Amino acid sequence: MAANETTAAAMTSPRDSEAIAARDRAAEYLVSRHRYRWAEALPWLACIAVFFLFPDRLTFGSQVLVMVLFALSLDLILGYAGIVTLGHAAFFGIGAYTVGLGAAKFGWTEPVSGLFAAFVVASIAGFITGWFLLRYRGLTLLMLTLATAIMMQEAGNLRSDLSGGYDGLPGLVFDPLLGRFDYDLYGHTNYVYALVVLAVVFYFVRRIVYSPFGQALTGIRENVRRMHAIGSPVHWRLVTVYTIAAGIAGIAGALFTQTNAYVTLTVFDFENSAKVMVMLILGGTGRLYGAFLGAAVYMVLEDYFSKLSPTFWQFGIGLLLVLAVLFARRGVLGLFEQAGAYFGKDKNLDKNLDKNKGTKP
Amino acid sequence: MPQFAIIAVSILFDGLAYAMFLFITSVGLSVTMGLMGFVNLAHGAFAMAGGYIVVSLTRNLGIGFAPSLAIAAVVVGAVSVIFERGLYRRLYKATDLEQVLLTIGLAFMAIATATYLYGPIPKSVPLPTWLQGDISLGFRAFPTYRAFLIVLGIVLISVLWYAFEKTNIGAKIRAAVDNRRMAESVGINVDLLFTLTFALGSGLAALGGGLAIQLFGLSPSFAVLYLVLFLIVVAVGGLGSLKGTLLAALVIGVIDTGGKYLYAEAGGFFIYAITVIVLLIKPAGFYGRE
Repeated sequence: MAANETTAAAMTSPRDSEAIAARDRAAEYLVSRHRYRWAEALPWLACIAVFFLFPDRLTFGSQVLVMVLFALSLDLILGYAGIVTLGHAAFFGIGAYTVGLGAAKFGWTEPVSGLFAAFVVASIAGFITGWFLLRYRGLTLLMLTLATAIMMQEAGNLRSDLSGGYDGLPGLVFDPLLGRFDYDLYGHTNYVYALVVLAVVFYFVRRIVYSPFGQALTGIRENVRRMHAIGSPVHWRLVTVYTIAAGIAGIAGALFTQTNAYVTLTVFDFENSAKVMVMLILGGTGRLYGAFLGAAVYMVLEDYFSKLSPTFWQFGIGLLLVLAVLFARRGVLGLFEQAGAYFGKDKNLDKNLDKNKGTKP
Repeated sequence: MPQFAIIAVSILFDGLAYAMFLFITSVGLSVTMGLMGFVNLAHGAFAMAGGYIVVSLTRNLGIGFAPSLAIAAVVVGAVSVIFERGLYRRLYKATDLEQVLLTIGLAFMAIATATYLYGPIPKSVPLPTWLQGDISLGFRAFPTYRAFLIVLGIVLISVLWYAFEKTNIGAKIRAAVDNRRMAESVGINVDLLFTLTFALGSGLAALGGGLAIQLFGLSPSFAVLYLVLFLIVVAVGGLGSLKGTLLAALVIGVIDTGGKYLYAEAGGFFIYAITVIVLLIKPAGFYGRE
């Protein structure tokens, strides 16, 4: 069919052929967009390299992977659908407590099925709250999401006989992974476990993002009125992605509980919601790998500087945020892309999110 | 007097004092959000700055409590103009998210600075003798300080109401909140107006921060801890509405106090539940424009 069009183009005026060529390029771009690029292997190779290079820091490493997963779930709703939430920790906490309570009160200590349970419970919570909340925007939505997370924390505190309150549920014991791999002191098993879970979830998130559904989400983010006008079921699209993101945040929470073997009510903290958002913003929203870079950079910096001086670290992260908003609105990855475009190497991760569409060839 | 009546009066009295603090601190946030739609999460940091200035003035320089409050309000109001002109102005047309990030970054920096200068331990402030002790009403003694807070709140509300409803500049602010472009096209300098209200709002927040020390103690986490309450008052009351902010402050203040008297284990559960219910029914708050 493309061949037909090119022959037709040869017979029409130069202006038409230009338009057809542009359309072909657009089609080509849409078809090739989801293909894997070599650069995408880099973060995964880095994760594997860490396993061999820092064998004594793998407990910390699995914490980073958990936060990457959490940030990835936020990227789905914030980066792609443009939902600004201050209460994403609610679902992280629900996942964490699903596994924690299961192990502490019901003897459900099998880890992998625990992840599934966390996914299901957090998804249900995401569906219910999302169905109510996602018809609002702006400040109202910010306050509603924030209030939802704090209400869950207060509810947990009210039933501290179950949740353990702010002392939490310490010393949880989980079955060996797949009945075979036991947990070691240095966190080797945990690291590999978290990495595999992250890879599996990442595969699905990537599929979602490049599907027509993902395109619709981007459309809602960019111009919600136009999406309404072309008949897109905006509310259901948002509820769907919110439910999925809640489920993934639940998996991240469950991994958090399993790799730490404890959980406290601080998982619901506003700080937890704010932290994951900061990570994602620093890395770059709406580009999948922003979650990797942001979470890793943030956690490593935090680990280093907060030992030096927590006050200094807090000041630094505030300053970073201010600078990011003023000078690097699209995160570190956005800066890389700008630098890449500047030096004429325009083959970076995800060009379709480039805001300055006029510069594209 | 029967027991439940005493409890009810106590809840009303303490709730009213609390509501006055909430109103004084939040009203500036409500008006600036209504005028520019700017989500200012650093508002709590201005309140905290006011509190620490009061601590420094009273403890280190020996200035009285009441003059310290006034100085703190003026200083913070003036400094806030620098932030508004230098930083906030660039982001009026930006998305909610960018405004949230910038101002939360500023709040983090403020908390870190306060921790560096004053340490993480809560500070208290020496009260003059006329604010210490209790006022007895026969069946129960009420703390003088809270009575003072209520009186001060009523005075401020009256002044603000007069300025907002009866003066020329108040009419301009209301016009700009209602329809900014129309206000600009009839020659109102909305930019200047905004800078003025921003300074006034930040000054009032600093006053609220100074008043809060005696109620809750003052630690660096104040900037974020109470920010959530201010935002709730603003969202529930409706952006840019004096009446709404007052009503929301009263509702939140009394219900939170009542919850703590009657069912302390629930903590802040009630106010969040109220917030969610109100916002689900009226997304723009009590007196907000839909």
